[in-house]
Amino acid sequence: MTTTSVSNQAVVEARGLGHTYGEQPIFRDLNFAVAAGEFVCIVGPSGVGKSTLLQCLTGLLGATEGDVTFEGATVSRPPEGMAIVFQDYSRSLLPWMTVLDNVALPLRSAGVRKAERRRRAEEALGEVGLQDVTDSYPWQLSGGMQQRVAIARALASRPRVIVLDEPFASVDAQTRADLEDLMLRVRDHLGLTVMLVTHDIDEAVYLADTVLVLSGRPAKIESMVAVDLPAPRDQLTTKALPRFAELRSEVYAMVKKAGVQNTATAEPAIPGPRS
Amino acid sequence: MSLVRKILLELWVPVLLLALWWLVSADSVNFYYPPLSRILDEFADIWLFDGIRTEVWPSLQRLAAGYGAALVLGVGLGVVLGTVRWLENAVRPIIEFLRATPGVAILPVMMLFFGLGTTMKISLIALVATWPVLLNTIDGVRSVEPVLHQVAASHRLRRSERIRFIVLPSAAPQIFAGARTALAISVVAMVMSEMVGAPGGIGHFVLDAQRGFNTTAMWSGVIAVGVFGYLLNKVFALVENRVLAWHKGMTAHDHGGKR
Repeated sequence: MTTTSVSNQAVVEARGLGHTYGEQPIFRDLNFAVAAGEFVCIVGPSGVGKSTLLQCLTGLLGATEGDVTFEGATVSRPPEGMAIVFQDYSRSLLPWMTVLDNVALPLRSAGVRKAERRRRAEEALGEVGLQDVTDSYPWQLSGGMQQRVAIARALASRPRVIVLDEPFASVDAQTRADLEDLMLRVRDHLGLTVMLVTHDIDEAVYLADTVLVLSGRPAKIESMVAVDLPAPRDQLTTKALPRFAELRSEVYAMVKKAGVQNTATAEPAIPGPRS
Repeated sequence: MSLVRKILLELWVPVLLLALWWLVSADSVNFYYPPLSRILDEFADIWLFDGIRTEVWPSLQRLAAGYGAALVLGVGLGVVLGTVRWLENAVRPIIEFLRATPGVAILPVMMLFFGLGTTMKISLIALVATWPVLLNTIDGVRSVEPVLHQVAASHRLRRSERIRFIVLPSAAPQIFAGARTALAISVVAMVMSEMVGAPGGIGHFVLDAQRGFNTTAMWSGVIAVGVFGYLLNKVFALVENRVLAWHKGMTAHDHGGKR
């Protein structure tokens, strides 16, 4: 399942990207590139347009200025090789399908045969540690498990890039930490490129190779912070590193600065050690 | 044991009422209200089992054809109209007008166009039963969770796959509610069209018996129509419970306060 892409080659690239909703520009002239295998977290105050940006990056929403390329080709609709995990698992999973059928759904459009669909769905569920609940319905599972089903569904099509929109926003702290580590493990195991939107600065610094700070209205890229924390990351030791605290403060200061510049935007989540 | 219990729970009131009818009508010499014992004898005579072949079976075939056409039309058009908003807005007044027109009023028109035969009967059933299915399908298709459309787009599902795996299942609870109403209306339209149409069918039997002053047979026919409708509803509920098992499970689960 590993890709053959040359590292440091841009997999996803935004060039002069802008989106205007009605008269209101959401963001404007964004330029950045995501390298193969990179884990990029996009942070910013809520309402800054992070989700809109993700929708443009994935082709769910058309850009009104500039463009997005995925592996060199312009993105106009969700491209093959890119998978999306939506924020609200309780609404993004199909309650009328079993876990296995949910995960196998994207393979239908790819024209995969039934036996192979089942095999690959089981493989994806194994990747997230859910091989035992294939015949359950999503609503029979806990929130954390449901979000893992959503991740497995994204993995089933064997994407090279996976995009997550505040995926852990509605689960409890312990589950959240587990899911964060799961994402890191899956990224390493499958050699994925990951883009993850979050409003949680701790989460962004813990997960990312690069934190992209979005701020202002219309939003622009405040900064791209390279996270030089050692791998593998660990909830206890990584977060205890002085460098972790530095990076967290650095990112927080930038998000906060953005908040001061524009009082119309809401405050970001206050960073602090989570239990 | 539990099945017996269930049946007893469902049937004790009807059985009680029948017993009451039996007792009250036992010594009746009134021509219009013959004793229930005689009606039941007649019922067994006529409907078990010759009547099923000669009257019920033709009725059932017409009902199945008309109701089936209504389901196909209602769901098919409903998916289109629920998806294409401008079209729905354009035809909405027409739909509202047609569905508010009672089936009885359309009957003479149908007779004019299609005569007294099977075509007229099936057409009438289809015409009156389509509206509840259509309107509920439109609503159901409209209220598909928007995130699911994004999920479908992100997985590059084709239109047919979207409809089959996302739109129809999501709208299914509402479609079934419409289909249930449509079934009741279909039985009414069936009986009505048989009463005015060419011979054959339960409805025709009832009217014919009444016209021949055979009140006992008439009453047995009324009972037969009742049993017919009741059993149809039972079959419908079986299908619904099967297809919507996920929905009932989910609703029960959510109300259990587990999340």
